[in-house]
Amino acid sequence: MPFVNWLKRHLVVIAGLLTLGYLLLPNVIVTVFSFNKPKGRFNYEWQQFSTDAWGDPCGVAGMCGSLGISLQIALWATVGATLLGTMIAFALVRYRFRARAAVNSLIFLPMAMPEVVMAASLLTLFLNMGAQLGFWTILIAHIMFCLSFVVVAVKARVMSMDPRLEEAARDLYASPVQTFLRVTLPIAAPGIAAGALLSFALSFDDFIITNFNAGSTVTFPMFVWGSAQRGTPVQINVIGTAMFLVAVLLVLASMLITNRRTRQKA
Amino acid sequence: MTTTDNSGDVRLSGISKTYGSFTAVHPLDLTVPQGSFFALLGASGCGKTTTLRMIAGLEEPTLGTVHLGDQDVTRLPPYKRPVNTVFQSYALFPHLDIFENVAFGLRRRGIKSVKKQVEEMLELVQLGEQARKKPHQLSGGQQQRVAVARALINHPKVLLLDEPLGALDLKLRRQMQLELKRIQTEVGITFIHVTHDQEEAMTMADTVAVMNAGRVEQLGSPTDLYENPQTTFVANFLGTSNLIEAEVDSRSGDDIVLKAGGGKLSLPSARCSAPAATGGKVLVGIRPEKISLTAAADAGEIPEGRNRITGRIADSSFIGVSTQYVIDSPVCPEFEVYAQNIDRDARLVPGAEVVLHWNPAHTFGLDAAQDIDAGVESVEEEAA
Repeated sequence: MPFVNWLKRHLVVIAGLLTLGYLLLPNVIVTVFSFNKPKGRFNYEWQQFSTDAWGDPCGVAGMCGSLGISLQIALWATVGATLLGTMIAFALVRYRFRARAAVNSLIFLPMAMPEVVMAASLLTLFLNMGAQLGFWTILIAHIMFCLSFVVVAVKARVMSMDPRLEEAARDLYASPVQTFLRVTLPIAAPGIAAGALLSFALSFDDFIITNFNAGSTVTFPMFVWGSAQRGTPVQINVIGTAMFLVAVLLVLASMLITNRRTRQKA
Repeated sequence: MTTTDNSGDVRLSGISKTYGSFTAVHPLDLTVPQGSFFALLGASGCGKTTTLRMIAGLEEPTLGTVHLGDQDVTRLPPYKRPVNTVFQSYALFPHLDIFENVAFGLRRRGIKSVKKQVEEMLELVQLGEQARKKPHQLSGGQQQRVAVARALINHPKVLLLDEPLGALDLKLRRQMQLELKRIQTEVGITFIHVTHDQEEAMTMADTVAVMNAGRVEQLGSPTDLYENPQTTFVANFLGTSNLIEAEVDSRSGDDIVLKAGGGKLSLPSARCSAPAATGGKVLVGIRPEKISLTAAADAGEIPEGRNRITGRIADSSFIGVSTQYVIDSPVCPEFEVYAQNIDRDARLVPGAEVVLHWNPAHTFGLDAAQDIDAGVESVEEEAA
């Protein structure tokens, strides 16, 4: 009976831990295998501990080049989608114009549409326009599918914003530009940041749309896919682990900053 | 106060606002003198907030001009007007702490050393301790004081208050009414206060403009409005009035003699805002607390020269300082009488026959062409 009682009392914690484990297990495997020294070309069986791959992360031909391309595309797609998406979100919330309702639902379409369909139609479009497939076509495609996520994230934030706040700013001697920079933007910032982060993650790991519209350009996901046919270098795990660590560090840093701020203020 | 400084005067000339076919404010002329505490009183949707927003510059008038002192500010954007607003929802910036909220206006005008001023202002509203908190960490009353401090620190020519006490509970509201009145006396800035609460308007303001359906019904001091209402709306919206339909019978000296039911009532002609031709109709008004009640058996003891009406007590409710009676009378089915609880006559219970009598000087006369119940419904709607 004491055990049953203990179980009852800690059920929520246990369930939470199990869920976390389920979520994190793949990352753990990736990390562990980044220290593997595989026999042959495939990194699927544990052989022995080694830091060789960590010592030479760019040791595989073409991989770091593709990583660079992916990071560049992700960065510019984030900038483009965030700028455009934020403006669209403000327009949709603030202004009454004809076809507003239609735009509102059309903006969701890229989220709902199967990626393969979108990829194929984009390719048709680019070929018909005579566009040279490569960095720019990938970037255009990425900005397009990231847009809807930014719009959704920012719109929620702008909708919950009290319009009196901007009136108060104008009343307190802030010019329209100052009002936007000092009041509107800071209040919308969490929504914009969420949209930007989503965009970066979506763009960085997109495979299907990229693969259709890349021409001879190779992004990191395409490289991983390509090499998986012939053998998986340990360096892929190194890059994966590094990305994961960067993300964790960013989250920890933001938490620390918020905590310190609240403590100072209190 | 000298009359030479009129830089804080607010002058509205023929100002109006229409949205499509709806007229929120009809052409309106209004002058608020420098240093006064002015209230715009009316039910929701009467155009009082629109008027305030036109003074602030947040709304552009369809017609007419707004002057501050001698300066025409009609086309100036809000951030160029020496006017600040305390919003109904306070509109404190959620991402800034209290200190930065209060410093906002100073910083936007490029003032670098704000610390001393902000701290002094926070002391004035007793929030020195809370400077580094965020708005959501404060109570409603504290947020309200931040909103006042944030506006006042800029030393505006005019401070606009848009129902600033609406979200507070009754006790806090009373406290803040006195607090705002104290601050206004201290800083001497023109305050324009928008409210739907007639008690609030009367407690705080020197001058009250009663608005109804986009028009100013009457303007005056609280006493003047209460004692000499010019329209049925004002009579009913400010406190309670008993209104009786009566016919003009004759004139005797400075008084008009009226026929109501079977009896005669006397009304000083100076207190009649309607044309009173013999044979014409007027509405006779009397405030419930001006009336005395006497049991019908003692009717002989009532002094001569008082207006009298007979009736039967339909209902009475004891509320401590006074007892409120509803009297069923031939001239008016629900006559209200408030009697101070000084010497309570045990015979004055529901069902008793009584005589209502009052000094004719307290009677007022209104134009009978108006809706006799104007202003009554809106008060009840607000309470619901």
